[in-house]
Amino acid sequence: MDIQTWTWILVGITFTLYIGIAIWSRAGSTKEFYVAGGGVSPLANGLATAADWMSAASFISMAGIISFSGYDGSVYLMGWTGGYVLLALLLAPYLRKFGKFTVPDFIGDRYYSNVARSVAVFCALIVSFTYVAGQMRGVGLVFSRFLQVDINTGVIMGMIIVLFYAVLGGMKGITYTQVAQYCVLIFAFMVPAIFISIQMTGDLIPQLGFGGADQNGVFLLDKLDNLHKELGFAAYTTGTKSKLDVFLITAALMCGTAGLPHVIVRFFTVKKVSDARKSAGWALLFIAILYTTAPAIAVFSRINMIETVTDKKREEMPEWFSNWETTGLIKFDDKNKDGKIQYLADASKNELIVDRDIMVLANPEIANLPNWVIALVAAGALAAALSTAAGLLLVISASVSHDLIKKMIKPSISEKGELVAARLSAVVAVCVAGYFGINPPDFVAATVALAFGLAAASFFPAIILGIFSKRMNKEGAIAGMIAGILLMIFYMTKFKFDWFGGGTEADWWFGISPEGFGTVAMFANFIISTLVSRCTPPPPREVVEIVENIRIPSGAGDATH
Amino acid sequence: MEMTNQKKYWKENLKYLAILLTIWFMVSFGFGILLVEEMNTIKIGGFKLGFWFAQQGSIYVFVILIFVYILLMNKLDKKFNLDK
Repeated sequence: MDIQTWTWILVGITFTLYIGIAIWSRAGSTKEFYVAGGGVSPLANGLATAADWMSAASFISMAGIISFSGYDGSVYLMGWTGGYVLLALLLAPYLRKFGKFTVPDFIGDRYYSNVARSVAVFCALIVSFTYVAGQMRGVGLVFSRFLQVDINTGVIMGMIIVLFYAVLGGMKGITYTQVAQYCVLIFAFMVPAIFISIQMTGDLIPQLGFGGADQNGVFLLDKLDNLHKELGFAAYTTGTKSKLDVFLITAALMCGTAGLPHVIVRFFTVKKVSDARKSAGWALLFIAILYTTAPAIAVFSRINMIETVTDKKREEMPEWFSNWETTGLIKFDDKNKDGKIQYLADASKNELIVDRDIMVLANPEIANLPNWVIALVAAGALAAALSTAAGLLLVISASVSHDLIKKMIKPSISEKGELVAARLSAVVAVCVAGYFGINPPDFVAATVALAFGLAAASFFPAIILGIFSKRMNKEGAIAGMIAGILLMIFYMTKFKFDWFGGGTEADWWFGISPEGFGTVAMFANFIISTLVSRCTPPPPREVVEIVENIRIPSGAGDATH
Repeated sequence: MEMTNQKKYWKENLKYLAILLTIWFMVSFGFGILLVEEMNTIKIGGFKLGFWFAQQGSIYVFVILIFVYILLMNKLDKKFNLDK
């Protein structure tokens, strides 16, 4: 059977599965809609968190980014996993004990202020929307490449599926579909990786394979460093970014991960405080399987690609080369007219431009794997994009129906009314996300990475201080959050979109990239919060009691309003 | 529950956090970033050690750290009768 038939079959089966689960687990109350009823087992929650967390970017782009940047790509590997240690140790157990539905809920109650709550809602919406648009785009991309449909039709098909199970099932439906989606995506990621590892090194385990040697006994990493040197690239295992920047980007990604509302909210769905810790452990374990495999794929595909194309004739290229050329993700320009491909670091002589996203998508084709494996990758990429999109949509709808409507605009709203509002806001959110997926504004690609900086600069300090400092008051937290997010937005718009006079890399403050600046803005938040809180009255007695109470695990009731 | 017990529990928890987060910092920011050149002079199989910590080792340690924390806290909860 050809690739396209296989893809339709696999995508069809998995989509039917997701819809079936959604119908079986549809939500009947706001509690089921926001936190899946609060009775999810730690193992299931860990699986769901892993699927929620691993987006189209993790599945499709990350291995490719590492493949093209070598050691510099480590920031994503450490940043997007190390954040779970912070989550498990510093946030999840206490937020679960606090027992509310959303992150703005915590900020609003802990800082006894609707201003703090509004700032938190605003931050949650910005972070989630920039993120979700990227997911819808990913869905469209996979559809267009593997099923030969128009990219916009692909986005709309993705919207309908998400709409169906997010709106019907709420958090409950999403949780159990995410469990299924994790299984699909990890299987799809691992099968080609194992195949290629065996092909290239004879090692069954990719994590060991990329430290192994090829048939001639040369270590793959040494071979790659040498290939890079010959072609003029920086050595794969050392990288080019400054140490300060690598440090700050890693820190921003870690703290941003721990501050992302759609990740935090997953820990409200378990029964007990100890279950919240356990789910963080399971989640990281499941994430680590993909994250430790990605750098191996990066090395395999980099070597494979360089060896396949370098100094070979264009007409001798395998079929995948033209397939991807038609999508525009591979561009070949025979500058010296010798009919051969020269892939070089020097931009004036380089004749081949390869989009990093195809490293995972085209990997099975490059390695000549069977058609069903190639189709499997498509199904896996869709699972990754849809699961993350659904999680984000839920945060958006809860922010609107719970934090805005129920807590601020119309507290008298009935349970049924709130549930209707939640579903309606989910519908609106899907449509907005779909619109951005079809007409992606330029800022989407740039801001997805920056969403972490925004989360680190706004939520992370406010939550940490809210748990670990009894003295922190509303004045401090509000001042810190506003200062942190404004500073981050300023730096990001200045250097990414040329506002405020713009500037180039040379103008970066102390050579810090916008991606790494989240850490600086976060420290500014910490310092300003602390200073302001010392000059203003301490929080009232009942708030101090809340803090004392969340530090003890026992007696965690169900998540409530 | 008595106030002193609550304080003891919290202090013990903070001690665990300090130790585990120090390890967390060492394997990622330490071995993987700040000391990466020094670590890279050591080679295990095909891996330079600093590179390995940045792309593999730190992640394995992160997973272990969380599970150690789970065990420690479950014990602590039991000791202070807070595990209900």
